[in-house]
Amino acid sequence: MAVLYSKGRFLGFKRGQRAQHENTALIQLENVNSKEETTYYEGKRVAYLFRAPTAKKGSNIRCMWGRITRPHGNSGVVRAKFRHNLPPSAMGSTVRVMMYPSNI
Amino acid sequence: MAKSAHKNQLAPGISRLSRSKVFSKRAAYKVAKESKPVATEAPAQGEHKSYVKNDLVVALTAKRNVMSQALEVRKAKATHKAQRAPKLRQSITPGTVLIMLAGRFRGQRVVFLKQLASGLLLITGPFKLNGIPLRRVNQAYVIATSTKVDLSSYKVGAKFNDEYFKHEQVAKLTGTEEEFFGKEAQKKAHPAHKIADQKTADKDVVAAVAKVPYLASYLASSFTLSKGQAPHTLQF
Repeated sequence: MAVLYSKGRFLGFKRGQRAQHENTALIQLENVNSKEETTYYEGKRVAYLFRAPTAKKGSNIRCMWGRITRPHGNSGVVRAKFRHNLPPSAMGSTVRVMMYPSNI
Repeated sequence: MAKSAHKNQLAPGISRLSRSKVFSKRAAYKVAKESKPVATEAPAQGEHKSYVKNDLVVALTAKRNVMSQALEVRKAKATHKAQRAPKLRQSITPGTVLIMLAGRFRGQRVVFLKQLASGLLLITGPFKLNGIPLRRVNQAYVIATSTKVDLSSYKVGAKFNDEYFKHEQVAKLTGTEEEFFGKEAQKKAHPAHKIADQKTADKDVVAAVAKVPYLASYLASSFTLSKGQAPHTLQF
């Protein structure tokens, strides 16, 4: 089976020291270490997959979709907005960064 | 609950009812209109004849009816937008080998034939090489590689347009017992004319692919990201 996504980690929400904004998630992309390298990933769709006890449409795996919106800082972290905000329990978990919508 | 008393004016100068509504409310249609004679003043003897046109003076000095602004109906702006197919990426030219990123054939390499009127790309495996038939795909879900098949002498049939690929309308259920129990659930055979179309469309493409060493097995292989590979570092 072809792997057509790269991995990222959900670090947390966009925040100041004392207040967080859950509508924007911060994603650390694997093998991406600078702001210049993140330009490829802008606009790419992101999927957070998780398991649930009940099966829906024949599968226990569920998905939350989002898109990478812009870089965050200078070290390759990016901001992403999801259709529905990510649950805080997802912090530290892996997220799939797809290769589409493609611009190559 | 008592009805709120209506204010005569919504804002200074803007009455709640339009001029026509006021006319009908006052039943002014019942009142006979008196015609006033238009008085033209003849210049008195000895006075200077004015060289300025009377209508111009009237027009310039006329007070604007403040209420008329509220009564005017805004005409919708005529749009000059045209429905056009999205621009084809420069890297995608007829014969380019594309990598599918999503859908049933994700990871597979296919040959691009032409862009259809809807903007979708017409691709083929070719079917003989990797089992991918003539298909439409959105260019956002495709990566164009630098590998190109020489299709300069090949012309895509004009019959392959968006209508050709439209889904057939599923017959409405008539509610018979057989249908309910799924006895009719047999896979429909692929239409024979489509199989024939595939063969004729692929003939020249397969011939062009055969000329390049390893290209046939390249199209049969699929793309995947291996461990440690980041797409932003790859050169397609």
